[in-house]
Amino acid sequence: MRLPPRLTQAFVVSLLGLATAATLVILVFVIVFILRKGLPAIDSEFLFTKPQDMGRAGGILPTLVASVILPLIAVAIAAPLGISTAVYLTEYTRESRVTRMIRFGADCLAGIPSILFGLFGFIFFVTILRMGWSLLSGGLTLALMILPTIIRTTEEAIRAVPNAYREVSTSLGATRFRTTAKVVLPNALPGIVTGIMLGVGRSIGETAAVIFTAGSSLRMPASIFDSSRTMSVHFYILAREGLSSEMAYGTAAVLILSVLAVNLVAYGLMNRFIRRRS
Amino acid sequence: MPVKFSIQRLSTYYGSVQALRSLSMDVAPNRILGIIGPAGSGKTSFLRTLNRLNDLLPDFRAEGRVLLDGVDINGPDTDPVLLRRRVGMVFAMPVPLPMSIYENLVYGPKLTGIRDYQRLGEIVEKSLRAAFLWDEVKDRLNLPALRLSGGQQQRLCLARTLALSPEVILLDEPSSGLDPISTARIEEALAELKSAYTIILVTNNTKQASRVADETAFFLMGELIEIGPTEKIFTAPKDRRTEDYVTGRFG
Repeated sequence: MRLPPRLTQAFVVSLLGLATAATLVILVFVIVFILRKGLPAIDSEFLFTKPQDMGRAGGILPTLVASVILPLIAVAIAAPLGISTAVYLTEYTRESRVTRMIRFGADCLAGIPSILFGLFGFIFFVTILRMGWSLLSGGLTLALMILPTIIRTTEEAIRAVPNAYREVSTSLGATRFRTTAKVVLPNALPGIVTGIMLGVGRSIGETAAVIFTAGSSLRMPASIFDSSRTMSVHFYILAREGLSSEMAYGTAAVLILSVLAVNLVAYGLMNRFIRRRS
Repeated sequence: MPVKFSIQRLSTYYGSVQALRSLSMDVAPNRILGIIGPAGSGKTSFLRTLNRLNDLLPDFRAEGRVLLDGVDINGPDTDPVLLRRRVGMVFAMPVPLPMSIYENLVYGPKLTGIRDYQRLGEIVEKSLRAAFLWDEVKDRLNLPALRLSGGQQQRLCLARTLALSPEVILLDEPSSGLDPISTARIEEALAELKSAYTIILVTNNTKQASRVADETAFFLMGELIEIGPTEKIFTAPKDRRTEDYVTGRFG
């Protein structure tokens, strides 16, 4: 005997709701846990002064600066490269064995553990290219790491743009490039921004690839050719060496809040852009 | 008779599927040519060959010749981008680009290098007036075009094509999704426009062809069965199949 539809419906809805609730509870728990432990450590001294005594006292200003600059370098390099590649693969080439191979390569690259990128960055940028441990080496390494994600998310976003828009733009006498720049990319923007934000998030949170390439100097970087320690690396070292769990949690809290802030700003800007158009 | 488009033994293929079968006909300037025929008879394929929009499809292929003012549009002397500025198109479904009304209208003109603000404003007003839309939108040109009603969107698309000042306008069932009033407004606009343009109107609605077209062509299974003055096609067609179609016995 079959159950009445209303009953099965209610069952499915409650199951889905339960799964969503469980996800939210876990997420909120992690965030609240870290913030409760970390927020007490945060004050203006913590944010705006240099660390003292290996990080046991003082603040985290240099690591904050490094955590801003490193993802900026990574995105500044990976976003143009990745978006161009995705545009080329979707708008300028026809599906073939070559495009499938590039896509497969990008997927494989996205799955490589970050420490391998760190090792590669250390050998290639730090040693062979003699950039040394520096923000630049770290940024380049992170760029390589987030490139596949940006390519794939941009590709998906571009594919989701209705073909009718391309036809209309073409029928109005636009070249393929114009159509891409004026119609396809603006409509794919939300997906592209998502890809970039994923990249920013990974860059801010990365430790393994960064320790090997940007080093772990606690001094304030004077330029992108200086070694510097990011918040994530700082947290890792504080926790791992048992230097100060109070400072470690404080750093973690700042890290979480900055990721939150970056995402809020990005999505806010994107929503404004979308609302203007539809 | 002057000739705008001369189509000579045109066959088109999508992969291994043939859409048009050795079609030959002439299209006269400053008149409305109606194309009727059941679904799948190649009407849309024909239109999209005339502005080379089929080029966007990877496995499309055309044989035969299409001459616009005597020049082969598939020949080396024709740049498809420039061709499309001369041969404008209005699609079956209204597709406003997701930008403002104003931006939709100046999209084409800006591509041709017109930057002068005043000149663009004139083009916008003129095109909107010709498509009978000006009075409804003149106070809200910065509104996103997607907020217009379906009928208004289709007239916007017509205006957008007019803004290119093309020589030929291709219309692919422009009133398939519209109510009778919006349809009447589009037809009204077409009647006014034909003095300045060559218009090719594909329609599923035989009554529409009989109302607005000067000449009518009947397509069936990718073949041109008959072409002639509209009155003749509807009252005394030569071919039995044409008669069956226009009298509604099949299709």
